[in-house]
Amino acid sequence: MTIQATSPSAPRVERPARSSFLNDPDKRGYIIQAVLLVLVVAFIWWLGHNTAQNLQRLHIASGFGFLNERAGFNIGQSLIPYSGDRSYGYALLVGIINTIEVAILGIVIATIVGVLVGVGRLSSNWLIRQLATVYVELFRNIPPLLVIFFWYFGVLAVLPNPRDAINLGLGFSLSNRGLFTPKPIFEHGALYVGIAILVGIVAAWALSRWATARQMRTGQQFPSFWAGLAVIVVLGAASFAATGAPLHFDIPVKTRFNLNGGSQLGPELVSLLLALAIYTASFIAEIVRAGILSVSHGQTEAAYSLGLKVGPTMRKIILPQALRVVIPPLTSEYLNLMKNTSLAVAIGFADLVAVGGSILNQTGQSVEVVLIWMLVYLGLSLIMAVLMNWYNRKMALVER
Amino acid sequence: MKRTFLPALAGAALALSASFAGAATLDTVKQKGFLQCGVNTGLPGFGNPNEKGEWTGFDVDYCRAIASAVFGDPTKVKFTPLDAKERFTALQSGEVDVLIRNTTWTMSRDTSLGLKFAGVNYYDGQGFMVKKSLGVKSVNELSGASICVQSGTDTELNLADYFKSHNMQYNPVVFEKVSEANSAYDSGRCDAYTTDQSGLYATRLQLQKPDDTIVLPEIISKEPLGPVVRQGDDVWFNVVKWTHYALLDAEELGVTQQNADQMKSSDNPDIKRLLGVQGNFGQGIGLSNDWAYKIVKGVGNYGELFEKDLGQSSPLKIQRGENALWNKGGLQYGMPIL
Repeated sequence: MTIQATSPSAPRVERPARSSFLNDPDKRGYIIQAVLLVLVVAFIWWLGHNTAQNLQRLHIASGFGFLNERAGFNIGQSLIPYSGDRSYGYALLVGIINTIEVAILGIVIATIVGVLVGVGRLSSNWLIRQLATVYVELFRNIPPLLVIFFWYFGVLAVLPNPRDAINLGLGFSLSNRGLFTPKPIFEHGALYVGIAILVGIVAAWALSRWATARQMRTGQQFPSFWAGLAVIVVLGAASFAATGAPLHFDIPVKTRFNLNGGSQLGPELVSLLLALAIYTASFIAEIVRAGILSVSHGQTEAAYSLGLKVGPTMRKIILPQALRVVIPPLTSEYLNLMKNTSLAVAIGFADLVAVGGSILNQTGQSVEVVLIWMLVYLGLSLIMAVLMNWYNRKMALVER
Repeated sequence: MKRTFLPALAGAALALSASFAGAATLDTVKQKGFLQCGVNTGLPGFGNPNEKGEWTGFDVDYCRAIASAVFGDPTKVKFTPLDAKERFTALQSGEVDVLIRNTTWTMSRDTSLGLKFAGVNYYDGQGFMVKKSLGVKSVNELSGASICVQSGTDTELNLADYFKSHNMQYNPVVFEKVSEANSAYDSGRCDAYTTDQSGLYATRLQLQKPDDTIVLPEIISKEPLGPVVRQGDDVWFNVVKWTHYALLDAEELGVTQQNADQMKSSDNPDIKRLLGVQGNFGQGIGLSNDWAYKIVKGVGNYGELFEKDLGQSSPLKIQRGENALWNKGGLQYGMPIL
């Protein structure tokens, strides 16, 4: 608000005569902001300059040149091809990808479990309600690090060694080295199957659009979910048979020490994932419960009186409205989960902090590594916040 | 989080302080009245609190030796337990005065961290231990194994290099703390455990069933362990370096904690110079002339420390081997006080 707006009758030309430069709130505001900005920039510059000077005086190497040097150490879990001959920078990338992997998988599992438990707490079934309450009260009150240790040293470590692995059939086996599964190997022709399935998905989507439009127009329902699924399965199966079954499985085999081949879900990843997902799910459950309770009971009664069953009432009436309340606090929980992945160091999972720790010690460049840690977590958090805010705006009440 | 906190704190210290650590460490130590010594969080034989909570071990006794040289009192030490990742930052930032934490002397650490190694108090080498039930007799049979290792150590690098040069595969499981790596090995998460051989013997004793595990004979690297100080403080560097030599010279000359007082009246000029009866050698390093006498009186000589913490009188029962004196077939060689 400017002076002009509050006193529209005052002619602008008279103001300089009446008030000094400093008494003009407008200009004073700009000056204060400018001074603050200069101070902040100067402080940051001083921090950086002083750090660099101190490092130099203490003969400590500085700068980010080390990122291009050979890393030399191996990493146990990596989603991209990695060997000790790669650079420190590439090793950090492996750590970042592992962090993102745990964050995404953790968020998916935590959301599913959290929504189920949250709905369960409001169930009319006494047993389900009590179980959900016990779950929430138990897991949200235990520090996540202890839950990680519980899974890692308490549960997964007592599994047998790989030579006496528990055989789950079909090439699946469980041991203290994790869960081994057969790995699908796609041969020539698998591409066509993929295309066929994609076409099926598009067709199913179109079918569902058509069904919705028809229901809006005529009120008649169409089992679009099952019909769509049938289209996808039929197209996929037909192309699979036509191209001569271009798929086989690499089944893990026992060697002297480990199982070789197939895919492996290591106990570090599993325990970290279980611990973080279960811990965060207890908070999400409470958020979901609060969201559902925020939708007035009249909505449920109205839906029932229109003849909707329990499932559709929840899916189409209650949850969409609850989401508006749920999303903002949910964002915080997702951010918490992502930051909690740094607890991975305790059990030897090669996340960003663990890999960065190795690099910090090889190179001794703690200031740079800590800076990278902070920037990566900040960046990931901001990206996630932006995505969730976008989703929040999309779900927000649109006033017509 | 505690693990990332220390480096972050050091970073903040580097960022905020206008000048520190450039000051002479010896003066600071004398002024505050005690030595702040960085040691292992828990490695039997080197740095480990006993059941009474007192720090014991070879590295710990080196801290006491330095305190004896400066104050004439081996108890004027405060210990800061550090894990592998924290140790250099703690020294750089001035949190500890000297780091004696079974730290391997390598070129990069000596030249790019702003630190200096003041000697080798223990010649070590990296080895492996495995469960007996695997029937493994040599490191070269370990291809395909899962191996537990502590992060932030040169052990991690040696392991990668050795397996690469021998065309073998392995699956590293990397832990920050010795205790976490131990329990992972104990629970069977790894087939083998690798660290310095002295550390293997110490770790093996902590396992639930030590007899089910054997230490493999091969040594795959040189691991000269020694005390570390900040670069650019020559006075303090000399104090630490000559404390080490005094311990060795005392053993060579047969001066022990028991006979140190009698030895003062010895006719041997070497002993006279060592114990400060003759010459002004203490002045050269900013200490009193009987500095070496105080060391031996306070903690004993090198051989006595080795025997008590690592040798036959300890649970570890490690042979002197390369750590015998130079005239007894080893590598330990104290520069003459002359």
